[in-house]
Order: sequence, then C-alpha cells, then structure tokens
Amino acid sequence: GWMNKHLNLVPALVVVFYELDWDEPQWKEKQSECATRVEIVRQSLQGRNTKVAVVLIQKKTPLPPGEDVIASERAAALCNACDLSGKSLFVLPHTDHLVGYIIRLENAFYEHAQTYYYTEIRRVKSHKEFLNKTTHQLLFVRHQFKIAFFSELKQDTQNALKNYRTAYNLVHELRAHETNMLEIKTMAGFINYKVTSLKGPFYIAFGDLFDEAIKLGLTAIQTQNPGFYYQQAAYYAQERKQLASMLCNHDSSVIYPNPDPLETQTGVLDFYGQRPWRQGILSFDLSDPEKEKMGILSLQLKEKNVLHSELIITLLSNAVAQFKKYKCPRMKSHLMVQMGEEYYYAKDYAKALKLLDYVMCEYRSEGWCTLLTSILTTALKCSYLMAQLKDYITYSLELLGRASTLKEDQKSRIEKNLIKVLMNESPDPEPDCDTAAVKASQKLWADRVSLAGSNVFTIEVQDFIPFVQCKAKFLAPSFHVDVPVQFDVYLRADCPHPIRFSKLCISFNNQDYNQYCVVEEAYQKSDILEQSSQGTMCLVPGKTRKFTFKFVAKTEDVGKKIEITSVDLILGSESGRCVILNWRGGGGDAASSQEALQAARSFRRRPKLPDNEVHWDSLTIQASTMIISRVPNISVQLRHEPPALTNEMYCLIVTVQSHEDTVAKDVKLTAGLKPGQDANLTQKTQVTLHGTDACDESFPALLPDIPVGDLQPGEKLEKPIYIRCGTVGARMFLVYVSYLIDTIVEGKEILCKCHRDETVTIETVFPFDVAVKFVSTKLEHLDRVFADIPFLLMTDILSASPWPLTIVTTQLQLSPSMTPVDQLESYVENVVLQTGESASECFCLRCPPVTNASGVATGCYIISWKRSSPVESVPVVSTVITLPHVIVESIPLHVNADLPSFGRVRESLPVRYHLQNKTDLVQDVEVSVEPSDAFMFSGLKQIRLRILPGTQQEMLYNFYPLMAGYQQLPSLHVNLLRFPNFTNQLLRRFIPTHIFVKVRLGMTEDNSIMS
Amino acid sequence: MASAVTYTAEWPVLVSIIFSPPQNYPLYIRSVPTENELKFHYTVHTSLDVVDEKISAMGKALVDQRELYLGLLYPTEDYKVYGYVTNSKVKFVMVVDSSNTALRDNEIRSMFRKLHNSYTDIMCNPFYNPGDRIHSRAFDNMVNSMMMQVC
Repeated sequence: GWMNKHLNLVPALVVVFYELDWDEPQWKEKQSECATRVEIVRQSLQGRNTKVAVVLIQKKTPLPPGEDVIASERAAALCNACDLSGKSLFVLPHTDHLVGYIIRLENAFYEHAQTYYYTEIRRVKSHKEFLNKTTHQLLFVRHQFKIAFFSELKQDTQNALKNYRTAYNLVHELRAHETNMLEIKTMAGFINYKVTSLKGPFYIAFGDLFDEAIKLGLTAIQTQNPGFYYQQAAYYAQERKQLASMLCNHDSSVIYPNPDPLETQTGVLDFYGQRPWRQGILSFDLSDPEKEKMGILSLQLKEKNVLHSELIITLLSNAVAQFKKYKCPRMKSHLMVQMGEEYYYAKDYAKALKLLDYVMCEYRSEGWCTLLTSILTTALKCSYLMAQLKDYITYSLELLGRASTLKEDQKSRIEKNLIKVLMNESPDPEPDCDTAAVKASQKLWADRVSLAGSNVFTIEVQDFIPFVQCKAKFLAPSFHVDVPVQFDVYLRADCPHPIRFSKLCISFNNQDYNQYCVVEEAYQKSDILEQSSQGTMCLVPGKTRKFTFKFVAKTEDVGKKIEITSVDLILGSESGRCVILNWRGGGGDAASSQEALQAARSFRRRPKLPDNEVHWDSLTIQASTMIISRVPNISVQLRHEPPALTNEMYCLIVTVQSHEDTVAKDVKLTAGLKPGQDANLTQKTQVTLHGTDACDESFPALLPDIPVGDLQPGEKLEKPIYIRCGTVGARMFLVYVSYLIDTIVEGKEILCKCHRDETVTIETVFPFDVAVKFVSTKLEHLDRVFADIPFLLMTDILSASPWPLTIVTTQLQLSPSMTPVDQLESYVENVVLQTGESASECFCLRCPPVTNASGVATGCYIISWKRSSPVESVPVVSTVITLPHVIVESIPLHVNADLPSFGRVRESLPVRYHLQNKTDLVQDVEVSVEPSDAFMFSGLKQIRLRILPGTQQEMLYNFYPLMAGYQQLPSLHVNLLRFPNFTNQLLRRFIPTHIFVKVRLGMTEDNSIMS
Repeated sequence: MASAVTYTAEWPVLVSIIFSPPQNYPLYIRSVPTENELKFHYTVHTSLDVVDEKISAMGKALVDQRELYLGLLYPTEDYKVYGYVTNSKVKFVMVVDSSNTALRDNEIRSMFRKLHNSYTDIMCNPFYNPGDRIHSRAFDNMVNSMMMQVC
C-alpha cells in the first residue's frame, strides 16, 4: 500500500513550467496567473510535504545574476506571490545551451527530491521515537523498514542497507506467537529478500561501473578489481536462491492460485514481492487467512520460476573473466568450481563436469587434497546422474585413492559401487542427489547394463591419483644377454576393501617381450588351479604385492635399451565390464614423483618388515635396462717391445686363448689405431699383417674383422701385427676380438656374440739423432765454405733407441752443386749401436763457385737401419736426413801447402806452397817467410811477384827441422795489394802452421855429436 | 531460517602454512571453528594468488632486507586475509574476522613472527622432513594459545 503510494502516487517534487520572460510587458497578469497555478497544484497535494518548484521558460538569454535589476526584483515578487522560496524558482532559457540547462535543472530537482525524502525519514524517525519497544513492536519494524525504504528512494543505498538490517534484527526480537508466526516469517523473508536482491544488483552495478571505468583508463589492481563485485553479487544471488528454495519447496502438484491474488487494477506491481491484498492492515490478525495463503503461495511459485542458477552462473562467469584478467588463477579456479556446482544444481551435469574436470588438475598438482576431494565428489555425482561410465570409474578410482580425504565409510560405499559397475550392474545412487534426477539416471544405468559391447575402458592414470599404485623395477640397470632379464612389478591398493583384478600385463619398447610378461587369471586355462589363483589376483589394502617376471632377451637387442612403455592392470572381466588401468612407463601417477622426493629426503627409520614384504616408499621405479653382450671367456694378450721407433715396422704380437667350454666360432680380430684420436695420427699410422716388407701411406690405420677361424676350447692363437708410425708421440691401439658361441639360457639355445678388447698405448720415438757439421780440411769448424776449396762433411749418428740398432748402410746423395773429392763410401756399414752410442762419418767435398749467396743445398744422407733382433725378417728402414744448406764464399787467392805428414830432425823437409789466383785480375803478391826457432830453411825469404788470372805460382822451400816434437813451421805471410781484406788469419785456414818432427833414426849417434 | 543469512561468517581465526612452490600444498591448516572448513581452504588457496603477485612484485633484489610480512592480502566484507612469506618461500596465511577490530597490524605481525619461530623449531627437528605435513604437539599448542588470544 504505502510503498506503492510513495513510489508511484506521492511525488517528491512537483514542478510547474511557465512561459515568462523578465521583460514581459504584462508582467502583473502573468505573475498572478502563475501564482494561481501553483496554488492549484498545492491544493491537489492536500498538505503533503511535497516540494513545489517553478520553472520559467524564457526566450532570452538571461544576464548574469545581480546585473539585471528588473529580473531580481520581479523574481522576488514572483516568489512572494507563489509562496515559494528563492531556491525553488528556476529559469530555463530557451536558447542554444538548452541541454546544459536541463542537466542543471535535473540536478537541482534531484536535490529537492532528496530533501523531501530526508524530511520524510525524519518524520518517520520522530514517530518512531514516540514508540515503545514493548507495545509497538510491529510498528517499530514497520518504521525501521520505512526509513530504509525512503533511504532507498533517496538513492542512499548504504543507509538503506543499514536500515534494512536493523529492521531485520528487530523482526528477530518480535514475539513469536502462533498467530503472527507467518507474518513474521514473511516479513523476515521479505526484508531478507530485499537485502539480497538489493545487494546483488548493487554489486553487479558496481562491478559494471568499475569495469567501464577500467575500460576508460582506470587501472585496477589484483586485489581491487570488478571480479570481486561480481563474485559478491553471485554470493547474494546464491543466498537468494537458498532462501527461495527454503520457502518455495512445494511439490509439483500445487498449482498457481486462480484468480491471481497478485493481480492489481493497474496490472503492474510496484516491485517484486509486494502483496497487494494486504493494504493498510497493521494488526497481527489476518483478516483473510485464505487469501493470505494464496497470495504467499503465488509469490513463492513465482520465485520458484526464477532461474537462479542461470543468474548466478552469469555473475560467476563475469567474475571469472575479471580474475583471469588480473592474474588470479586460483581465484578463477575457485569460481569455476562454484560455477560447476551451480551447473550441477541447475541439472546441467555435462557442463558441470566439464568445468570441474578443467580445474581439478590444478588442485591436484598443488596438493590441496581437501579441495580436490570435494570437487571429485561433485564430479562423481554428475557422472552418476549422467551414467557416464568412464568418468564415473575415473572419479571413483581417485576418490578411493590416497589423495582423497573421504572417510572410510564413504570410500567403502564408493568401492562397492565401483565393483558393481565392474560386474556390469547399476551402482547405488550417490547421496544428496535430486530424487527425480536419480530416477532418470537409474533408467540410464539400466540401459547401459543391457547394452552389450563397448565395455572396455582404458584409463590412463598418470594424470590423476588412482587407488592402485604401481612401480616396475628392473633388478639391474643392465643384463648380459645370456642371463634372463628380471624385473618386479609392485602393486598396492589404497581402497578399503580387497580388490580383484583379472590381468596384469607389461608392454615394452620391443613388443616381442610383451607375451612373456602377463599375469592372468588361471581358470581360463584350467579350472583346477582356481584355488591358488585367488590369492595372486587380489590386492589387499595396505599390502604391497610383488610380481616377478623373467624373460630371455633377444641377441639382436644387445647394446639396446629395453624399456617398459606401459603397465596395464585390468580390473573386472570381459564378461562384465573391463577397466584397463594404464601406467605409462614403469608406473607412477600424478603424485608419486613428489612422494618419491619426500621419501628420498626422509631420514625416518622404517620399521622392520617380514622378509617377503617391502616398504612402498623405499621402492624406486627403474623402467629401463640395457642388454649387454655376454661376458667373453677368452684372454687377449699383447706382446711387444716398446717404444716404437719412427717408421719401423713395429711388431705387436696378439695372443688369443679360448677358455670357453665349446668352440668359439668365427673369431675375428680387429686391430689398429683406436678410432677417435687425432686425425693426423690416422694418416701417419699404418697397420699390416705382413711385416716382411715395409708398408707405405696407402695402408690403413685399422684392420677390421680379420677372420681367424674357429678356436677350440683351450686353443691358443698368435697373430703378429705390424705397425708403422710415421711421427713420434703416443698412440692408442685397439685389439678387439669377437666370436660367436652357442649358449643355453633358461633351456633356450641362443647364439651369442662375445667380444673382448684390449687397448695399449705405444710411444713412438726417434731411433737416433743425426748431427751434421762442416769442417775445413784442418778439421776446424766452418760456418761457410770457400768455393773450389775442399772441405769436410761430418755426420754423427747418436742412437736414442733403448734397443740396439743395426746401421745396415749409409749413403750420401749429393746435390748437383756439390762434388765429391774422393769416393763416397759408407764407413759405418753393419755397425751395431747400443743406447747412447754414436757412429760418425766424414766425407770430403768441394763446391764450385756459385753466384747464389744465400746458401747451397748439400744433398741428403740416407741411413738404412733396423732393430738388432734375432728375427731375420725384420725389414730395413731407410731414414732420409736432409743435409743443411751451406753458404759458399769465393776468395781472391788460395794457398795450399804440399808437405809431408811429418819431418825428421836434421832431415830436409821440402815444402811447396801453391798460390792460386782465383780472380780475373793480375795479382800483386808480397810473400814473406818468418823464421821459426825449430827450423832452418832455404828459399825465398821475401818476394814480390805477380800472378796472372787463373794461374798459380809455386814456391819451394826446404825446411830443416832442428828439434823433435810438435813444432811450429816458419810462417808464410801473404799480402795482396789489391785485396787488403785478405789476411793471414784467413791464410791460416788453408796452410798448416805446425808439423810433427820425429827424431832421426839412430838418435844416440846424433846425440853424441850434439854433445 | 535466520541462520541462512550469514553476512559475517563466524570465523575468528584461521592459520595455515603453505609449502614452497612449485607444490604449494598446505603443511598445516587449522581453523576455529572447524565447520565450513572447505570454505576456509578455498579462502586460503585463493589468497595464494595475491601472495604470488606480491612476491613477484618485490623482485629478486634485496632478498636479505626483504620484509617477510606481506600485510593485508585482500579485504572482503567478512574477513581479512594476512600473509607472510619466509625467505624459502614458505607462506603463512592468517584469516581473521573483519569485525575483529582489536587486531592491529602490529599484533598480526607479531603473531606471524611467533608462527615463524615455531615453524623454524620444527624445521630444526632432524626427524622432520621438509615438505611433510606438520604433526607436532608443540606447534598445535602454540597455535591454540595464539587463537585463544585472538578470540
């Protein structure tokens, strides 16, 4: 009644529009006309507090206030005439800025309206103050509610809410006696509804506003975004729904009352929930209980028709979108869970399941088991109601698992249902499900049962946490091919009751092995064995079951990895329903890696268990193993005399002895430089089986697969390998012996390939050091040689080998620019050099004059040598040493002396000096001889002579030794007038300065004469 | 009927410890009163969004001088959520009723310190394996006394 009155009938403000300009010529008349109008309005309001305002519509733009004297005067007069305050008089100039003026007017009117409601509130409040709580309880609530209502009209939502709440609390305080119970309830419900439906839209509005603002450039932060408001709105919508469901839980037979009590004359209700049949009744006594009942019923039925869930879902999805935008993944998940639940309530199970399934993994991966369990429970209900077999089984598996926080009785119920499903029966309905939906789903389940086929479900478990855990473990990281491969599969159930399975099978990367690793129910093969199979095919909760498998690896898998690609556990049977739990790799699910990590960190001592049991946590998955070749039963020995000498045919004797019990067939030998070393080594290393002749660069560095034939048990085989190393340094050599042998593994005959390899590092050294030097005929060191003058080339071979060396021969190969003075024959033929010994040779050479100043190639020195070994067949190695270049210089004059190798005391010693002019000029030569104490001499003591180009001058002297011993000869001095550089020092190089003088034969006689 | 309208859920205090990432599972979670537990769990879980954001905002610099107390994570009409994060990224979350005005920032901070100390004691136990759920009588007692003080 009064609500409608205040909403639609009683205005807060009445505005009188009147066309009047300030400079109106008939001002007086117009003024009174306006006043009359205002009076009429006033009278029609009948003393209500409604505000009245006057707007003058003018054609002229007003002057700024205060400047127009006539205007202000006339305005005051008009106010007086209409009995208005100055604030209630407005001017609306009908000019260009009409819109602006209108907005200003609107605001002004709004203010007035607010003042009106404010005074109304005050009025009600003052009424309320007179009231007494004990006697006027109902009025108290009414007034409080009225205040709230006016606040709402005043658009002051904050206060409105506050007041509604107070009203609500007051309702609480009402005496609850039977007659007014219903009234209180409806009143409370009404207030409650009012609050929720008011708050909800308020939050939506605020959310929308906020979102708009953000679009316009306001930056929101994570903790303050529109999502929160949408979420809050959704909460209130949920509350509204709860209330509605509580109040409106009539069964479907109740029909909408006729005539409609909500029908009013106008056909429209002021707002939702208003009761038009109760106007103006203030007492508790119900004037017409029947009508009241019908009215409430119709209201409730109307509320029932509202699609609450849809509203809530819309709000939630709005919120989800916002939270997604502001990086709140968990909040988003939470809201999606709520959306899922709402879909569930709205009976849209497919959508619910989709949403729940989507967020489930996030809760699972973060390990929030409580939340996960709650989501799973809802999901299980959905899948039950839709009779979605696979989903139903999957959720059951996880709810029975260790991540579920369900109570034991719940788990037990779920497991029983799961077993029913596996037996192709309908499960019992989930608790707290809608009865109608359950009925529908039972029909669906019955259909599923009758439907044959498509009863095998493969469920991949690594993405969730099922109630059966699996760990597969190879007993060793590698197995020899002649040993059976063994591995264990451990299974453990976490469900409350023992569970049977029908098959366990393991798949490998090589599928040939799959057939060997199957555990199946035995009764399929023979019914007699059923008794014993009962135990093996059953998983007891909390107990770890171990299954050991064994198979013989294939010989072609040697060197390969055998990997468990999946473990399949089949629950149920093919006659009923079949669920294949599929673990990828060697087992493990979504939670097991974290558990393994925790177990590895733990220091906790595990209690001792009986021998045949193991701690689940202590088991680690080992999903792959290597197949390696059979252990060879042969010995490979290498015999050699290191180090190797450069370029020699180094002999490496390989001895292979078989210790096998049977014939080693197809023995093959691979020998040579081990691959993977410096590439240069490959070129500088040659390997051959024939040591008698030297090999060249074309020989390979590695000899692969040399067939050696078969080896009888105990037989020994020797094979020499010759290696030529062209450079010094260390090399690794590989000797690899492979063979085939038949063995029997687990009663199965297989042909195994075995091999044994040996590596050896061999150092290569130079066999000798060769030193070459040039000396003069007087054996003096020369840093350069003189053209046409003979000199000596001395070679020195110093053995560096730890083994004796035989120099077979040497050879000097001269370059064309060099000529030998005498025969070039080797002086060191067949010389044996021990370590550190050296062999020297000397060759007399001459070099014709050359124009090339930088040096002349001498030639090369070839040493043919071999290791001094008893073996005759060792080939001779020729080592070529390139001789150094020598600088050749020409001299103007060459002097050589012709004298005996020794003299005798008091016996004439003829000496002939040859002075050769080596230039193209006539030489003026001054020759003088300086006497020595040990000699007398005859000949020209001092002479000056000329020597023509290319000719020589001979000077003859007779020396007469006076003393025995190594005596200084009278020294010859030559002075070339044209070549002042030609010194006597240079001369000393060519002519002897001393001579050995022997005593005369029959010395005693001489001595007596002397004395 | 009346209980259907719960503007302020009656949850004086909730304490929880969450393990370091990437797992982020609760090591310890306790609330008084214990009904409506699921909602509490969701509240703590969603608050981790804000914790993550705050941690990433702080950046890696100045780890030593970092303030462990994150302050009020987000306020709602009914309750306030406070966060605290250790250097090893173990998170403490506390939820108190919005109407509980007696609790100032300083009190909350000192409560977190206390929690942190107790947690450190647990970590010092050689038989405690980091990452295991906390089952410690001493810790329970400490949390109890703290809750008593708040309520």
